[in-house]
Amino acid sequence: MIISVASGKGGTGKTTVAVNLALSLKNVQFLDCDVEEPNAHIFLKPHIGGEKKAFIPVPEVDEAKCTYCGKCREVCAYHAIAVLPGSDGKKGSVLVFPHLCHGCGACSLFCSQGAIKEVNREIGVIEIGEKGDLQFIHGCLNIGEAMSPPLIRQVKEYINATRTVIIDAPPGTSCPVITAVKGNDFCVLVTEPTPFGLNDLILAVEVLRKLQIPFGVVINRSDIGDGKVEDYCGNENIPILMKIPFSREIAVSYSEGVPIVESDVSYKDKFINLYLDICKIKK
Amino acid sequence: MKQIVVISGKGGTGKTVVAGSFAALAKNKVMVDCDVDAADLHLLLHPTVKERHEFRSGQTVVIDKKVCKKCGKCTSVCRFGAIKTDYTIEHFSCEGCALCSHMCPHGAIRMEENIAGEWFVSDTQHGPFVHAKLGIAEENSGKLVAKIRQVAKELAEKQNLNYVIIDGPPGIGCPVIASLSGVDCALIVTEPTLSGLHDAQRVMELAEHFNISVKLVVNKYDLNLAMTERIEEFCRKQGVPVIGKIVFDKTVVKALVVGKTIVEYAGCSAGVEVRKIWEDLE
Repeated sequence: MIISVASGKGGTGKTTVAVNLALSLKNVQFLDCDVEEPNAHIFLKPHIGGEKKAFIPVPEVDEAKCTYCGKCREVCAYHAIAVLPGSDGKKGSVLVFPHLCHGCGACSLFCSQGAIKEVNREIGVIEIGEKGDLQFIHGCLNIGEAMSPPLIRQVKEYINATRTVIIDAPPGTSCPVITAVKGNDFCVLVTEPTPFGLNDLILAVEVLRKLQIPFGVVINRSDIGDGKVEDYCGNENIPILMKIPFSREIAVSYSEGVPIVESDVSYKDKFINLYLDICKIKK
Repeated sequence: MKQIVVISGKGGTGKTVVAGSFAALAKNKVMVDCDVDAADLHLLLHPTVKERHEFRSGQTVVIDKKVCKKCGKCTSVCRFGAIKTDYTIEHFSCEGCALCSHMCPHGAIRMEENIAGEWFVSDTQHGPFVHAKLGIAEENSGKLVAKIRQVAKELAEKQNLNYVIIDGPPGIGCPVIASLSGVDCALIVTEPTLSGLHDAQRVMELAEHFNISVKLVVNKYDLNLAMTERIEEFCRKQGVPVIGKIVFDKTVVKALVVGKTIVEYAGCSAGVEVRKIWEDLE
């Protein structure tokens, strides 16, 4: 089963829930898909055994073959190629803007001269490691890189569905989150009982309903704020899978990179129950 | 006119609480909420929407079922897995590259302009506010951020305002880059946790990459004093001024629940510190 942990609002406790759930189960494969700000390794402290660079294909133009016909510019939906035709016997020129390229391959397919080949542009790294019987994989986007979905897709290529796969998703409701949760069997939405938490939970619920992924809610710091998140879940028939009350001890262990199940072992059963509840809903 | 963006790398460190306080403290400014896919600042500013605009961006694929011969050419060239086996489009996987429409031998595929969200110009008790709502499961949030920043900048120039104050999104990807580019100062709000430090380092590097001057505040600093010290030490080495440390204060949540900024909520000690931070920025 593939379970992702997501939230509209950032900082509600996605990584906390994902990590502690993973540490409470056996035979887990953990994928940190929050490639802009991956944090799960801070808590899991895996032994990293391998590293692979992640690339996207971008065009490289061989100007010896190029006739400056402009077809590549015409088919590129992202304005990632500019072609200046030659005139008065002067050579034209082609400019590629690799940061705008999504790697769709249209330019090289349509070049009638075979002047465009695709070369790899590095966008980040994927690290693979382990902790006990847990396999750990995360992506880390290079600084200054705008597009995280291609890297998230490459992290997800490692999914081994024979294990319990836990995906730590990025915050928000747009393409990075969708790329991370797409195709999952279940999504745990982590929220907090504040107006911000509720507002962003509603957005995240809309995303999951659109993607038709079954989901439930974990309310973190459940004793602060107000009761409106619970009212909302009640009205919408959304299962509340778990509540984690605020505790200064949990906050302090979190700050030092210590998972809850290590500072308070009674939480292990609670996370196992969370998993069992998810299994029941899936049936 | 100065543009100031509040960012964090890590989500939930208190960007919107800080930016909302600046709304109450700063004179002659326009507020902008650039966290367009999970916008929250409106919950503190209670805007009255004056203008509402569609955000058109990118293109989306439409396959004409009557013309389609199910030859499979489109699925063979699509690298985003956006064409399903029944030759319908999975909209949220499509990146709008249009390659399928160029390749279709039967002319069955056309591209249509996509409405990816909405943006608004509003009035609030603290002055003008430009904000947006990205459509559910839409992309191009960076372009929407660029759009509302441009609108806010023009508004500031027209009304002769002193500041454009931007509440930024979490992360370091495209909407953050769009929120950061060309600002006069980026204020990083972080928390005294290993994750907060790790993410602040990455967003600091990003700001440096774009040559933006950076200042930092530590929120809830007393939750872990040793970690706060570690963050301060790191900032010293990087030459980044730490211009404030905000105490962990449960009244912050009480203020949020009644929809108030923390500087307007009586007895909030965190609000007192944020006031000093704004004076420093000013």
